[in-house]
Parts: sequence; C-alpha cells; structure tokens
Amino acid sequence: MDRGSKMGQNELDGGRRERPNAAIRCLEHSILKCPGRENDDGYELSLKRFIPVVLLLLTLVTLTLIPDVMAGDPSGAKTLEENSRAPVDYVWVLMSGFLVMFMQPGFAMLEAGFSRAKNVTNVLMKNLMDFSAGSLVFFAVGYAIMTGTPAFFLTGDAYDVDTVLNWFFMMVFCATAATIVSGAIAERPKFSMYLIYSVVICAVIYPIYGHWVWGGGWLSSSSFMIDLGGGYGALDFAGSGVVHALGGFVALAACMLLGPRIGRYDSGGKPIPIPGHNISLAALGAFILWFGWMGFNPGSTLSAHELRISIIAANTTLSAAAGAMASMSITWTKFGKPDIVMTINGAIAGLVAITAPCAWVAPWAAVLIGIVAGFVVCYGYWFLERNGMDDVVGAVPVHGFNGIWGLIALGLFADGTYGNSAVEGPLVTGLLYGNPGFFACQLISAAVISIWAFGTGYLLFYTLKRTVGIRVSPEEELMGLDISEHGIVTYPDFVYTEPARPARVIRMSEAPSSDEDENGNEPGTEGD
Amino acid sequence: MKKIEAIIRPEKLNEVKAALERENHFSMSVMEIRGRGKQKGAMLTWRGTEYLMEMVPKVKIEMVVRDESAEKVVEIIRRSAYTGKIGDGKVFVLPIEEAVRVRTGERGEDAL
Repeated sequence: MDRGSKMGQNELDGGRRERPNAAIRCLEHSILKCPGRENDDGYELSLKRFIPVVLLLLTLVTLTLIPDVMAGDPSGAKTLEENSRAPVDYVWVLMSGFLVMFMQPGFAMLEAGFSRAKNVTNVLMKNLMDFSAGSLVFFAVGYAIMTGTPAFFLTGDAYDVDTVLNWFFMMVFCATAATIVSGAIAERPKFSMYLIYSVVICAVIYPIYGHWVWGGGWLSSSSFMIDLGGGYGALDFAGSGVVHALGGFVALAACMLLGPRIGRYDSGGKPIPIPGHNISLAALGAFILWFGWMGFNPGSTLSAHELRISIIAANTTLSAAAGAMASMSITWTKFGKPDIVMTINGAIAGLVAITAPCAWVAPWAAVLIGIVAGFVVCYGYWFLERNGMDDVVGAVPVHGFNGIWGLIALGLFADGTYGNSAVEGPLVTGLLYGNPGFFACQLISAAVISIWAFGTGYLLFYTLKRTVGIRVSPEEELMGLDISEHGIVTYPDFVYTEPARPARVIRMSEAPSSDEDENGNEPGTEGD
Repeated sequence: MKKIEAIIRPEKLNEVKAALERENHFSMSVMEIRGRGKQKGAMLTWRGTEYLMEMVPKVKIEMVVRDESAEKVVEIIRRSAYTGKIGDGKVFVLPIEEAVRVRTGERGEDAL
C-alpha cells in the first residue's frame, strides 16, 4: 500500500499514456492474449489483486460482529399461522419481483442495441455487474438504510420471511435504478469506475432518498408533509422518483462529467448521430422492459388482496402505448418518417411517467400522462443533445425528466378513488380534484429528488474523476471497449470451430514465422 | 474468356439470377459488399437527425464466361438490375487468362 500511494500520481498519468500502446499492440498481435499489458499495468494489478481478499475479510468480520438472534420467523410457520392470506400475497410479490428482475435483460438488450458492435461486451458486462454488485451491497447495507432498521446483512430480526420478502422486492428496484446510468454513459467509461459507482448508488444514494419516501422518512411521513398533503405526504407508488428520476439525474451528472463520445459532435459543435448496431436487440429490450413493468407497477401493491392491481396494469400499458404514439407522431411530422429509436424511448418514457401515479389515476389520465411523456422525452433528448450531453440511450430524458413528470402528474391527476396502498381513506386526491396541498407535496418531492440525485451523482463522479479516472483513453475508445477493457470481441468475424492446423503450429504462429513447421511440411499435412 | 463483375442493388439479386438462368447462365459467385459512387453514399436518419452512410450495401456478382457470351450476359444483367434510379450499379468486363477445374484438371473454356 505504501508503494502504491507514493507512486500513485505518476503511475496514473503515465499509465494512461502507456495503456493505449499496449492495447493496440494487443490488437496487432493477437486479440486473446495481451502481451505487454501486464507489465504496463503492473501497479494497478498489484492493488487489484487484494480487492477481493479485503472485501471478503471485511464481510467476515462484520458478520461475526452481528449476533444471530432468532427473533424473526425464518421458517415462515408463524407468519402463515397468523395470516392465512399470506401465501397469495407472497406469490404475488415474488412473481412481480421476478418480472422486475427480468427488466435487467431488457435494459441490457436496449443498451446493447443502441451501442456500436465494438462496445457490446462492455455494455453487457456493466449490466451484469451492476445487478450483481448492487444486490450484494443492498443486502449488506442498502436495505438497512432504506428501512431505517438494523437489518445489515439480513441477520438478527431481519432473518425473517416477511423482511426478506420485502428485501427481495426492494432489491430488484434498487438494481433497476443502478442500471439506468449504464446506458447514458455507454461506450466510453472505465469499467472499474463503473463497479465503484454501482456499489455507491446501491449502498447510499438510492437507499437514502428511498427512505425519505418509502421507508417512513420525512417526505412521506413528517407531520409537515402529512398536513400539507391532507393525510398523506409525498407519494410515489412504484418509483417514478425513487427509482427512475434518481437513476436519470445521476446519469445526467455522469454524462456532464464524462463528456461526449469521440465523433459525436463536429468541430462546430453540431451533433452527429452515432447509430446503434442492432435495432432488433433494442426493440426486444423495449418489449422486455414493458413486460417487466407489469411486475414493477402492479406488484408494488405488495399484496394480491389489493384488487386495484387490474387498474394499475391497465394504466401501465395505456401510458406506454400513448408515449410510443406521441413520440412516433412527433418524429413523423418533424422528419417525414417515423423514427423507431425515439418511439422506443417514448414507450419507456410512458412507463416511467405512469410509475408514480399508476395506482391513483383513471385510465384516461394514464393516456394523457403517456402523451405528455412522449413530448418530454423527444424534446428533452434534443435539448440535451444541443447542449453537448451525449446520452447514448436517452436515459436522462426517459428516466430523469419523465420521472419528475410522473411525480407531478400524480399530484395533478390523482382522482380520490384509492387510498395510500389501501382501500380505506384518506383517499389520494390531486390538484384537479381539489387538493393543491398534495400537488405541493409532489413538487417538493420532485425538487428534492432532482437536487439529491444530481448532487450526489455529481459528487460521486467528480471524486472518481479526480482519483481513479472515469473515462478510457481516446485510443481505447476508438478501438472499442470490448477489446481494450475486456480483451474479447462480441461478434468474432472469423473463428475456427475446430483446429485447422496442429495446435503446436498455431502457438508458434504468434512469433513472426512462416506457416511451415520445422520439417518443411505444409501445415495440416501431418495429421492427414 | 471474360470475367463479368456486376455491382447491383441487393434486392435485385434474385431478379438478375433468374434472368441469367433463363439464358442458361448458372455459374456465379455472389458477395455482399459495401461501396459508393459519385454521390458519396446515402443519407439515413437516427433520432431524426440525418447522417451519411458513406458505404452503401451492394451485391457483387462475379462470372467467368466465353468471349462470345460476354456482351449478352452484360445486357441481361443491365436489363434485370435496372430501376432507373441512382444506385443501380455498374458492370465491368475483364479478360481472363486461364481457368482450371479443380476436380478434373480441365483447362480453358472447358473448365467453365
């Protein structure tokens, strides 16, 4: 460690100049083996080697510190005895949770399709690892912060079927927030930096705002907010704010600090499109997200006994459809042809916008909310693009801007037919139905989430920029992150499926030599 | 012997192939290529913004035929690949020195 801190500054600067050369050599020689890379990165590797060990030790030490008191109900027998209606609710929440988890491949396919072929492995790796790292971190600390309980590592009282059910459902939501940022900053960030980001958002940024709204925190439960709202504080049914605006505004901060991809703007600052490599994957991803949202929104009742779920499901789909229609119409009238990229964004924008109000608005309002979402996403994207923000998949307008719109829409259109996740009152009523106080609550919540997410996101990525660095070198970026960050290509052009030549000759061919072996035979004749 | 290299619209391949077949010209190699002409490519849109696709997808047909058939083959390709719009492609005719059939060792026009 001593050596590391002493050499840190020089090595980091020098390392960034050296690495591209190593990576280019690696392309010239052989893609799979990277000669020279280990030497150039010797310093970084020596530190990296200790990371898993340190993590493991920390985990073990923490685990032994926590007494395993069996105050909860780990078998579920007691819970079932007390509540015979529990099984159907468990199945409902778990099935919905599985659907929300299935949004991860949706995001992965959408982002992969909108990226260039040379960066697809990197995009997929980010999606795989933010879910993996995120769920572990949410298990270790995130859930405890979010609920304001000592449920670290789900031990003690938290080792309980009810608590763990709740944890599982909240965890898949947390991972959704984390993965939103990946698409906005695709094709240029350092992978190692992205891992650190995933840990921080799931451990701190997400759970703290989540606690304010869903964990009994001040936005939902302080007496000031409850008086203002008329019996309930700021609400967010399934997470337009908690999940989507949070991810979207962290993504905005990351985009600003990363800067646009090379070639995204010409010398005069005029945007040049960088088309994604596979629209089929992107459309598949959008459909998967839409499908997964059927768990995201209706599942957030956390009970199958809330029959409002049918209306929630209908609202969810109507808003997405209206968002897609609006985006398609905008691009069609503006450019003469309907643009699928914007239309895909429009459908997801509709889903994001209905996420907060889905339980409290009528189906006709869901359609209106979706239409507005389509406008917000198109003009939001072009506004960002004009201002130098290179958001590859449109995550900021889709999740950030429409997350805010969802919170506001709830304050406008809540029609007083359903309570706070309950059929009993106080029924949630918005501005159009005579409750300006609740509308004010929602405005406060919207302001708080944008400031919180953008502020913490900016702080995090600024710190990372000043320490480990957040962006790969221009050479690595041009080569593609698949090779420079992972040493692999997503779509190998030409591969042997069986050895065409004796393996010995293939190994030798790495050195500059002729195709003939030492006996002067043509390669391949030996085994015939 | 002459080699015909025809660069045509990908969607016209089946039509050209059928037209050649009707005149008993079966042998050919076909490859998917990308290229451009004087227009320097074609304009496409992404999120409503236009961008230049510099290299446009095309199909290239390569055939080696007897000297006396060359003119006729060129004419068949020209007629069947024609739409009248920019991007219909080009046909090149090259002399061929020798041809060898791998299986029998036949040479020259017999190998075609």
